[in-house]
Amino acid sequence: MGRLSVNLCGIELDNPVIPASGTFGYGWEFAELYDINILGSFSCKGTTREPRFGNPTPRIADCPAGMLNAVGLQNPGVDRVIDTELPKLARVFHKPVMANVSGFSLEEYAETCARLDREPQVGWLEVNISCPNVHGGGMSFGTDCGQAAAVVRAVKAVTTKPVLIKLTPNVTDVVSVARACEDAGADGISLINTLLGMRMDLKTRKPVLANTMGGYSGPGVFPVALRMVWQVAHAVKIPVVGMGGVSSAEDVLEMLMAGAAAVEVGAANLVDPWACKRIIEDLPAAMDRYGIRTLTELKIEN
Amino acid sequence: MNDTLFTVLSQRKLTDHVYELRLQGDTSHITRPGQFVNLKLDGLYLRRPISVCNLEGDVLTLIYKVVGKGTEQLSRMAPGEALPVLTGLGNGYDVSLSGPAPLLIGGGVGVPPLYLLAKRLRAAGKAVSVILGFNTASEVFYEAEFRALGCEVTVTTVDGSCGVKGFVTDALPESYSHVYTCGPEPMLKAVYRSIPTGGSFSFEKRMGCGFGACMGCSCKTVTGYKRICKEGPVLQKEEILWEG
Repeated sequence: MGRLSVNLCGIELDNPVIPASGTFGYGWEFAELYDINILGSFSCKGTTREPRFGNPTPRIADCPAGMLNAVGLQNPGVDRVIDTELPKLARVFHKPVMANVSGFSLEEYAETCARLDREPQVGWLEVNISCPNVHGGGMSFGTDCGQAAAVVRAVKAVTTKPVLIKLTPNVTDVVSVARACEDAGADGISLINTLLGMRMDLKTRKPVLANTMGGYSGPGVFPVALRMVWQVAHAVKIPVVGMGGVSSAEDVLEMLMAGAAAVEVGAANLVDPWACKRIIEDLPAAMDRYGIRTLTELKIEN
Repeated sequence: MNDTLFTVLSQRKLTDHVYELRLQGDTSHITRPGQFVNLKLDGLYLRRPISVCNLEGDVLTLIYKVVGKGTEQLSRMAPGEALPVLTGLGNGYDVSLSGPAPLLIGGGVGVPPLYLLAKRLRAAGKAVSVILGFNTASEVFYEAEFRALGCEVTVTTVDGSCGVKGFVTDALPESYSHVYTCGPEPMLKAVYRSIPTGGSFSFEKRMGCGFGACMGCSCKTVTGYKRICKEGPVLQKEEILWEG
């Protein structure tokens, strides 16, 4: 067991750094840049039962300390992911991956998860009940304790692998949603998804995004994310994966100190394609500076 | 793709809002004309994508229009300042499609990527015709630079204050072997409808990452979904699906 290793739902990770879903595709673009086997794991692009093109463009807007996206879950659908993307990924990544799943009904969540659960390389299912960019699904499941619990039960009934539920920050009380997921049998929680936001185009006097609103992510959300990770980690017994604006080794340490078992890195990958590599390489020196011998030790202290 | 620091060599104002920026650095990842680079500006989160206008060894020339905060900040950069640049992005133009007499059509700040293309085509001995379209005489730039390459240049202005009065499609020559174009989408659409030959069309979209990770700049094509930053920005005429 190395100095940086952590455990997530019984699976050992070499380090806690996991690129977040939607910022790393299916790994291929980054495998051309560096050996992605240095990662703890990574969370694949959000997958739905049917293929989706997503929202009309513009889907992206720059913001102070971050960005908005309204991609709307563009993905080739679970059939293509299983037939093409996962075999392609297996050539360049040799560790368990997180399969990120979205849906528009309980049946769809269950069906997509059941199929991905059978894929040998899938280590965890990360069930997204928090996408702010799709209508009639996504976030609506994550803003209601009863709906969230229903998704957990539907998925747990048809899967064998650890199920993480990805929560939205766009709620009054994130702790109650996390508790509802835990009570329904979730194996872990990941948070936060993006904060709902928007920008106006001063010249056209219209919203910049074709979808009007989008999800805000980047360093600007880090304090909000950290606060929610702290709250949830102190309220549930299952592991919490922290994410939201993480851009440096120090941010990773803060997340772990707040109670996260592992940490996802999102927007940072888009402005610095080598962000995760840099963070992993910077971790030992950052740990030295703060007298942290091992990350496991840090977790136990918490 | 490569992420390196470039140094500003010079900055020249070409028109009221258009600037020519020359940068020095590692240009080895730029493989084709029509590719773009992604600039990281201090204090701004997302990078700003700008097409490659010219390459001379390790000197990279970019031409951009000040349209917002990022480009405004870029216009204030002075010689000696450092700029982090992701290079080698996008597919770029395929010079092998040109045939003997290619026609290059640029509109406004769609003109710059055609310069390196024209240079490469001239070096390959092609008879290159160029149409440069602008709104008005004060917006015209790089006419002399294209002529110096030995291109047959026609300038069009919407108000007729310089060259042919009208749009780029009002100045199409009688024959040409292939069209390479870049400019605002209505212009691309007009060119698409006007040419009998094959064409390579360069598109612009708001991008997140610029290297294919975020799906921010996707578009629908005849051959499926494509990312403008990765499978584009250049699409072939026969694969284009116009939105709306």
